[in-house]
Amino acid sequence: MTSNPTLRTRAEALAERLPPLLAQARHLAASVELGEHGRRRPGQGDAFWQFRPAQPGDPAHRIDWRRSARSDHHYVQEKEWQAAQSVLFWVDASPSMAFASSSDVPEKGALARLIAMALATLLVRGGERVGLATSASPAGRGELALSRMASALIDPQDTGFVDLPARSRAVFLSDFLGDTASVAQAVTQAADRGVTGVLFQILDPVEEGFPFHGRMIFEDMSGRLEHDTREAHDLRDRYLDRLTARKAELSDLARRTGWQFHTHHSGEADSAALLWLYHAIEGHR
Amino acid sequence: MIFGLPIAFTTPWLLAALAALPVLWWLLRAVPPAPVRRRFPAVTLLLGLEDRDAESDRTPWWLLLLRLLAVAALILGFAGPVLNPEERQAGRGPLLIFVDAQWTAASDWPQRIAAIEDQLDDAAQAGRTVAITLSHDVGLADGAAPQWLSAGDWRARLPGLSPVSWDAPYGAAPQWVAGLQDADTVWVSDGLAREGRSDLLAAFEAKGRVDVLQPTAPRLGLLPAQAEDGSLVLQALRSEAVTTTELQVQAIGPDPTGVERVLAASPLTFSAGAARGEVRMALPPELRNRITRFQLAAQLAAGAVTLADDSLRRRRVALLTGTQSREGLELLSPLHYLREALVPSAEVIEDESITTLVEAGPEVVILPDVPSLAEPDQKALAAWVAKGGLLLRFAGPRLAAADTGRGVEDILLPVRLRSGGRVVGGAMSWGAPRALAPFPDTSPFFGLRVPDDVLVRAQILAEPGPDLADRTMASLADGTPLVTRKALGDGQVVLFHISANAEWSSLALSGLFVQMLERLAVSTRPGQVKSEALEGTQWVAERLLDPFGQLGPAGAQAGVDGPQLLAGAGADVPPGLYADGDRLMAVNTLDADAQMSPANWPAHIAPRWEDRSATRSLAPYLLAGALIVGVIDVLASLLISGRLWGARTMKGAARVGAVFMFAMLCAPNDSVAQEVGTADGVIGAASTVTLAHVLTGDSATDEVAKAGLTGLSDQLFSRTSVEPAPPFGLDVESDDLSVYPFLYWPITDTTRQPSPEAYGRLKTYLAAGGFILFDTRDAGFGGESAAALRLRTIALPLGLPPLEPVPLDHVLTRSFYLLEEFPGRARGPAWVEAAPPNAERAEGMPFRNLNDGVSPVIIGGNDWAGAWAIRSDGAPMFPVGRGQAGDRQREMAVRFGINLVMHVLTGNYKSDQVHVPALLERLGE
Repeated sequence: MTSNPTLRTRAEALAERLPPLLAQARHLAASVELGEHGRRRPGQGDAFWQFRPAQPGDPAHRIDWRRSARSDHHYVQEKEWQAAQSVLFWVDASPSMAFASSSDVPEKGALARLIAMALATLLVRGGERVGLATSASPAGRGELALSRMASALIDPQDTGFVDLPARSRAVFLSDFLGDTASVAQAVTQAADRGVTGVLFQILDPVEEGFPFHGRMIFEDMSGRLEHDTREAHDLRDRYLDRLTARKAELSDLARRTGWQFHTHHSGEADSAALLWLYHAIEGHR
Repeated sequence: MIFGLPIAFTTPWLLAALAALPVLWWLLRAVPPAPVRRRFPAVTLLLGLEDRDAESDRTPWWLLLLRLLAVAALILGFAGPVLNPEERQAGRGPLLIFVDAQWTAASDWPQRIAAIEDQLDDAAQAGRTVAITLSHDVGLADGAAPQWLSAGDWRARLPGLSPVSWDAPYGAAPQWVAGLQDADTVWVSDGLAREGRSDLLAAFEAKGRVDVLQPTAPRLGLLPAQAEDGSLVLQALRSEAVTTTELQVQAIGPDPTGVERVLAASPLTFSAGAARGEVRMALPPELRNRITRFQLAAQLAAGAVTLADDSLRRRRVALLTGTQSREGLELLSPLHYLREALVPSAEVIEDESITTLVEAGPEVVILPDVPSLAEPDQKALAAWVAKGGLLLRFAGPRLAAADTGRGVEDILLPVRLRSGGRVVGGAMSWGAPRALAPFPDTSPFFGLRVPDDVLVRAQILAEPGPDLADRTMASLADGTPLVTRKALGDGQVVLFHISANAEWSSLALSGLFVQMLERLAVSTRPGQVKSEALEGTQWVAERLLDPFGQLGPAGAQAGVDGPQLLAGAGADVPPGLYADGDRLMAVNTLDADAQMSPANWPAHIAPRWEDRSATRSLAPYLLAGALIVGVIDVLASLLISGRLWGARTMKGAARVGAVFMFAMLCAPNDSVAQEVGTADGVIGAASTVTLAHVLTGDSATDEVAKAGLTGLSDQLFSRTSVEPAPPFGLDVESDDLSVYPFLYWPITDTTRQPSPEAYGRLKTYLAAGGFILFDTRDAGFGGESAAALRLRTIALPLGLPPLEPVPLDHVLTRSFYLLEEFPGRARGPAWVEAAPPNAERAEGMPFRNLNDGVSPVIIGGNDWAGAWAIRSDGAPMFPVGRGQAGDRQREMAVRFGINLVMHVLTGNYKSDQVHVPALLERLGE
């Protein structure tokens, strides 16, 4: 126990935000799970291991009704995982992610964290290991891994990329508006180690539409970069060209490394993004 | 004057700022519009993009021009431009404001006060001490010392200044001025030539600069009416005889119900160049005898009013002719002398029958030498006298021969008579004819000079008795009674102990005879009264004229000696009606020989008058223009910087809207919410009952008044058979009042005073049966609130009757609902026309028989409209009281409104209803 008030306040502030993030993420995950429900996926490498009597806390869908019908007890069918997958997340914590063009639209960073957590929840429920690409601790399973990941997301330490474990999966969430070279390098290196994954770009509607007129000074979130223009509307077409080029570059990078690339706009439905991501990860499995 | 235009600036040095405009041009040109800073994460993608055109760098020239215009308009506006400026010369040292405050100043007194206020403003700015002196104060020998005070002190005293209702000469004013310290003078002149004006001017000029303010409107006066050949001749004067002008002369008096109204009116024309106009009014005697005054319509000044007195009145005198036995001897007939004396000034009826005469309703019945009457005639005559008639009898041979009044007193004779009479100075007697003794001071004839050549040769004698001395009004030199009198009921019987012809005395041949008849109010004075005719009489003021031509009660005034009345109006004898017993005499502001001519000022004095309406400040227009240009500039700037549309459109629009709102608020608000009273509107209002409220100029008050009358109209519609049209807001200055039976007039402390024309219309409206509900909306707090004071000023010229709080048996309490109080949002008293003092409760009746006429006004402060007011959805607009008691109070307020409208529409009908039981009972019998 430390008496450092700053740490304590921060810890409390964190603890305050943690449950909402988890809860939101679970909520989002539940919406996706509903969509999965009833889909039959026989075989596919997960072999039968044993039946065990159902215990309180086991979700109803895991009860094996055929086995249970033969006796007075409920049984849960446990399966044996041949190899557990590690899915590692990289959520961009740069200042530019803290942008939202209006109060109707969530911050890009918040959206990225939410989607990451929701996807992690889904994966943990499916038995995978999840973790953050930036954190030193390895990917883990179960609730513990989720809560560890949540606290790391809320209090991000921008430590850059770490070496991803071989043959793991990776999910990169960012606006990819910064330097593309480092991203390209990280992705290439990861691909070399047999890591496949997803580049998930989150953009604000303003960044996509550029609805500006007149004399303006644009500055980035840290205030270090500025661009002065007398007629912003004139720049629109050229800006949009550059944005398309950036997307094409990322898409190309993904194609070369066997990754997948997708652009999501904050303000659109979160569940759509989650669904796409889930399928993208699952499709590789 | 600037470039020949009548424009000046109050702070011209501000115009120097105009020189800065080119600098501003350069500055505005050099500085592009301020950029908008925006956070944008994708700025990395923008880096290196170049702007294609460099044009938007500069503000476009037309926007620059717009801004310069706005700034120029601001500078000009704040420099205080004034159209048709008045030339003001700042002075220093004390300032004396000398105000001609004769009646001639009354008609435009408010404007004069306003002009004085302007002078005070200037003096306050220059820090000068001021003394204001009214001309009639210094005209007195012991003229008051001027009070040198600050302009602010005087400003507070201005409302207390008032003109007088007579024409005061300057008198000792020059000497008074000579005793003052050196001071500049502003002379607010009435513009009429007056004795001593040049002396006074010289006295002022000796003390300092003299500035004369003089309104240009001509003064108008009305001379006393003259009776000529049975019609009334009225002459009017004007001070400036230039153009042809037509005025209206109104004859005013009580109508048969006692309500004062215009009895007759006829136009009076001044032909071009004539200072005098004349009008003849031929009126039937009934109407003519009722006239109390004449006035020039819409002239609020004492001189434009002339009071009518006995001289215009024609009494009806009945002469009993008896049988014409002595045909042909006209000069011997007693009737001849009476006719000669009476016909010029009275309406004489002659008949042989007492009954016919009494039925004609005369004021005087004269019996010349009638010995006795038949008993029915005697009874009828006695009854007539007892009701207030004057019976005048003359002796004569037949009365002397008869035995009437011998021994016992005859009811129609003042004293017992001795038989036979006496003859003095005849051929068969020793004594010389007797002269008259001077009249004792108890006699109504006191003061009349007795001519030496009036001699009495024969008379009938009175039997001595204890009350003979009291009843004697005149006697001969030897003490024998000549004229005796006794009271009979309300009337009196007077006996001349001589004959009415020249047979017994020469009295009938003398002027004294006529004067005596006049004193007895048998005849009235024709035209001018001689001073000696009034010698020894005491007159008491009954009603006095105020400077603005209104007749008011006199209050406590000392009696005035008769001859003084003839000296004309002045401080000692203010104009008004003076009474001596039955006789009434008017002292008018203007004498019959009055003159009015414009004042002649020396060449170096140029009287001026600031027509305040002509002096207009242009600043509001320039500032408003600057604001509008500013708004356009805002829009244009938004357009140029591309922010008129775009991400923040909504906020931008809100901002522009706010700018517009501000501009609207700042714009000079001279427009008054007007509902146009078209001919159609008047026809509509005349075809259905329409409640109306007077527009006050305060839109919130007007709105509440309208909502209140709407609420009341709805209630009337649902509860009674009165189904009013939507209420109407009218302007007393321009709208036709006559079609609205009910006016609601909310008074605020800012309510404007109506113009004299509007007052004329309002008076006509009230006289024709109109009704006004005045509401000060101050809960009736003792009448000292600002609104109540305002109401007093506004209502004063209306000449309202005396008021009292609504008595419990007033017809208002039962015209529809039975009510005990008259609440609105407040529970104060309401005031109506006072009941006549002799109103009595009839036997067995619950109510007194009150005002026959309907009260023309109700005054209160209960904010009735507030209690009646409903919103457009029918819900009450304002809360009344609390809870259930409040609902009850609102209901009572509505009931009051309904009672009020019923009272207005049906008058005293419900007052008659209380007699119904009695009527039914009688019908049953």
